[in-house]
Amino acid sequence: MSIRQAMLALLEDGPMYGYQLRAEFEQRTGSTWPLNVGQVYTTLSRLERDGLVEQVDGEGADHAADEGGHVIYRVTQAGRVEVSEWFTTPVPRTQPPRDELAIKLALAVTVSGVDVGTLIQRQRSATMAALQDYTRLKRSGRAAQPDQPEDLAWSLVLDALVFDAEAEIRWLDHCEARLRRAAVDGSGVRRGTAAPDVAAGSTTTPTTTPGSAR
Amino acid sequence: MSAPVLHLDGVTRIHGEGDTEVHALRCVSFRAHAGELVAVMGPSGSGKSTLLTLAGGLDQPTRGTVRIEGEDVGALGNAGRARMRRTSVGYVFQAFNLIPALTAVENVALPRELDGEKSRAARRLAMAALEEVGIVDLADRFPDTMSGGQQQRVAIARAVVGERRLILADEPTGALDTDTGEEILRLLRARCDAGAAGVLVTHEARHAAWADRVVFLRDGVVVDESGADPVDDLLAPEVAR
Repeated sequence: MSIRQAMLALLEDGPMYGYQLRAEFEQRTGSTWPLNVGQVYTTLSRLERDGLVEQVDGEGADHAADEGGHVIYRVTQAGRVEVSEWFTTPVPRTQPPRDELAIKLALAVTVSGVDVGTLIQRQRSATMAALQDYTRLKRSGRAAQPDQPEDLAWSLVLDALVFDAEAEIRWLDHCEARLRRAAVDGSGVRRGTAAPDVAAGSTTTPTTTPGSAR
Repeated sequence: MSAPVLHLDGVTRIHGEGDTEVHALRCVSFRAHAGELVAVMGPSGSGKSTLLTLAGGLDQPTRGTVRIEGEDVGALGNAGRARMRRTSVGYVFQAFNLIPALTAVENVALPRELDGEKSRAARRLAMAALEEVGIVDLADRFPDTMSGGQQQRVAIARAVVGERRLILADEPTGALDTDTGEEILRLLRARCDAGAAGVLVTHEARHAAWADRVVFLRDGVVVDESGADPVDDLLAPEVAR
């Protein structure tokens, strides 16, 4: 995750120390991607090594170790260039992040003895429960009536989680429908793995031309 | 725990017979309590519309009972059921189903007037319902001069007018854009928070997530449910697997 760029972007607004950076980050993103202070300081020292931030000295601050290590950082010119590049370049999608669920399903439909229908339904319930949680957060709390820019940011992050979960459920519905059709057609799916049981004698047989479903 | 507002107990609905018989619902048990919004999700043909039709007393189960506020809908007879639909149950449809020749307030007042209420009293109740959904200023407009979102608000006002405690909504956001759809869900949610029992049939997960519980139907069977605090077990023992 781009903690590096996020820290740099926050420092563009003014010098801060580690705890402040973490607080500002979480103000905008809730605790969706919790940061520990250790990570923040590690990131800061790497940024400093790379010449993207520097410590603010003078201003009566005694020593770096003072008050629990409240070293104040500010962004350098090179840092500003990096932030600006980050904001003007799209996030690459060429290398999709590893998707455990997609991998699990790809294996479930090919390995014998897996009850794919149950797998899909369990996942759908779990994802729906998460979606209900996000929706509750949207209905109450500071995301419900955002009046600060940080609250609006947080409510947009919540929307991202909502749309993500919704997409996952739609994909699971789609997988279920395709596996059922494949089971009816007798194509594609490995024998015995079949899909959500197609109710005996039910009239739900799809009207699409069999065999063309792949 | 108080009795559920809506209680389907071991409900089976079979259409047709012999070779052509279709089991639209198979021994489904389902409850919605006061203050609760329950979403029903499932693909086409899973039985969700049948469930809603039975819940509203528009159709009768082949086996099992449907109770609304403790009353056995099957035992009521046609006249009794019609009365129950006017007084206890409110419907919200995807297509709004407003009467084009009536203004907003007249549409909302209609169920009360049909129930024998004096027209002035019915109008007063209708204005209160429009107030609740935030469009009292549109009371004298005709449906074709309103946006989809506004028409659906009128439909919700009509569904809740006169303190009806059971609201049945069939894809109520289907014809609306994302933002407007969310407003409609907010209203349904608020009505349930204020004490009504709501059943929301939808195929959109994002909308179902506004409910306290989400029930999944497949081939006429409740296969699962998701929710923070299930009020009651939904799976009748005979269909649990």
